[in-house]
Amino acid sequence: MSIGVSSPQSIDATLDLLSRGGYIADRALATSLFLSIAMKRPLFLEGEAGVGKTEIAKVLAATLGRQLLRLQCYEGLDISAAVYEWNYPRQMMAIRLAEAAGEGRRHELARDIYGAEFLIKRPLLNALEGSAGMAPVLLIDELDRTDEPFEAFLLEVLSDFQITIPELGTIKAAAPPLVVVTSNRTREIHDALKRRCLYHWVDYPSAERERAIVKAKVPGVGESLGGQVVSFVQMLRGLELFKPPGIAETLDWAQALMVLNARELTVSNVDDTLGVVLKYQDDIARVRGDVAARGVATARSAA
Amino acid sequence: MAAVASALPFNVMHFARVLRRAGLPIGPGKVIVALEALKLVSIARRDDVYWTLHSVLVDRHSQSDMFRLAFDRFWQRQQDRPDDNPLSILDQGPDHGRGDQSKPIPRRLADAFSPLASPEVGEQKEESAAPSDAVASWSADERLRHQDFETMSSDEQAEAAKLMARLRLPIPDVATRRHRVSRSGRRIDMRATLRAMVRSGGAVTLARKAPRRRHPPLVVLCDISGSMATYSRMFLRFLHALTNDRDRVHVFLFGTRLSNVTRELAHRDPDLALARVGRAVEDWGGGTRIGHTIEAFNRRWSRRVLGQGAVVVLITDGLDRDGGEGLAAEMERLHKSCRRLIWLNPLLRYAAFEPKSAGVRVMLPHVDEFRPAHNLDSLTALVVALSNRLDAGTTRQFTIANAKLS
Repeated sequence: MSIGVSSPQSIDATLDLLSRGGYIADRALATSLFLSIAMKRPLFLEGEAGVGKTEIAKVLAATLGRQLLRLQCYEGLDISAAVYEWNYPRQMMAIRLAEAAGEGRRHELARDIYGAEFLIKRPLLNALEGSAGMAPVLLIDELDRTDEPFEAFLLEVLSDFQITIPELGTIKAAAPPLVVVTSNRTREIHDALKRRCLYHWVDYPSAERERAIVKAKVPGVGESLGGQVVSFVQMLRGLELFKPPGIAETLDWAQALMVLNARELTVSNVDDTLGVVLKYQDDIARVRGDVAARGVATARSAA
Repeated sequence: MAAVASALPFNVMHFARVLRRAGLPIGPGKVIVALEALKLVSIARRDDVYWTLHSVLVDRHSQSDMFRLAFDRFWQRQQDRPDDNPLSILDQGPDHGRGDQSKPIPRRLADAFSPLASPEVGEQKEESAAPSDAVASWSADERLRHQDFETMSSDEQAEAAKLMARLRLPIPDVATRRHRVSRSGRRIDMRATLRAMVRSGGAVTLARKAPRRRHPPLVVLCDISGSMATYSRMFLRFLHALTNDRDRVHVFLFGTRLSNVTRELAHRDPDLALARVGRAVEDWGGGTRIGHTIEAFNRRWSRRVLGQGAVVVLITDGLDRDGGEGLAAEMERLHKSCRRLIWLNPLLRYAAFEPKSAGVRVMLPHVDEFRPAHNLDSLTALVVALSNRLDAGTTRQFTIANAKLS
């Protein structure tokens, strides 16, 4: 534990830690995160796309000085891509060499070619083994993209922090990694998996927190433009759009307006850049024009 | 302070019991974890206790509101009478002695706080009781009618049950990205090949694998408005059988609003399941607002349940109170978000059926299959017809000429 920063001991310390990493969290998230670290339970983060779920794991790794291992989930993700795979070409080579050496080596062959040097480690196995005695941060990203069989496999990993490789035996983590699981809720994750985790729904931030986030992440944007962008985006989230903008969109938009040298939100620059905030044609069509004009007026009078 | 600390386990246990009655799945394991977690935070801060219990006891976003209401009430009562036996909170009616509740408390929560001895007893009681005014008053802004499922004759039930049991869903399986061992597979299974090589000492015999096949997720949108009343009861039986027959089924009912009844239908016992559905849905036998409800589905659910190649079955007569307003765009989006859209229409039983109503005309261009579904026979026919057309998924547009089959 000498290299890394020690784990936070209270909710306030967790909040501090996150803000040092440039992540402005609310107390609810800090509570879940603190408990997850203290109780060594995976943290299950659910929320709309672009609210900063993945970022939490990155900031955690950076501020605690731990290695970040990321497992991006997709449909059909299997053990050979997530946990380990045998190095088949090397194994074949070894078999050919054994053949050449004659009958005598055949008995040792089975043991030899399933040795550790023929093993290709993937993120989950790496996470259990750790590096230099430090348990890493393991980010299992967008778990909802994978399918149920993989979820079932994760149960063993997340509850006991161990993996069984038939040819080698069971590998158990000396120190359990800090696990962050994220989901965009494109399907419901099974209760059995959720039960092993602490749950937190990452919501859209309040206007005040979002202003702080914009200020921290896009420092060049002026106070007034930043405030107007946030106010406009918050208005959009109340419209029941098909895809309301997340924090990622707010930041992109602030960045885009800055590049365009905008100092204030105007009807014309909102019209030009609406595609940065809204990603569906229906939504854009609905907002462009009246709604946007009213939003700009409100944003400017408020900020 | 010692007294407070020793009361904590009791309070948490009883709080968990209240939540359980309100429908949150909380096992004893979670209570232990919650107590463990509370040791790590300062219980002097209300919000810390709140979020600590929240992160342990809640495991989906939809439970958050129920949790908040339950926590507020529980905490309030504990503060009012700190010396009371913590059990006392469970012995009072929903609004006993407190007048500051500006928002109506959801019925599930009020039930959870009420002194019924156990959920089982509550279930039976509500089943036998006629739909009361009290039930309707929980949402007075809409005219509510709870469907009476008891009136299905026993003959009807027996016949339905028999036939339902035989129905298997005809939707063809799709290839997944997982593999199984197969002699005729096109891919080489390196792992198995290597193992065989070791066993034989170097002789190469290629082991092969092929993609595993699996049924796609199924989403059912069923119309329960007045014009569909005679059919919706039958379909609910069908949907119940379906939900219990396979996984990855989501069932939504709609009239003037959309309700997800997947959890309610999942109960093994059909009568209990349908009684639960009856209580969960508030717009039985009213009008239909198809465009409005499909819009709600697209916005709130499509991205959550239409992943991984889902097939959508839409059961409605297409008679829209809004005259098809806003329907075309929403149907198009629905059609484009799923692998296949099948429309079952009970009106199609008339040979002279012609798509005259605005709703039907607007919807037809956006469905892949259009089928009659007015009795069990037609459902069986549907099963047969679809089973014979495994490749039908390639035609993404339905023509009106085909509609007059039946």
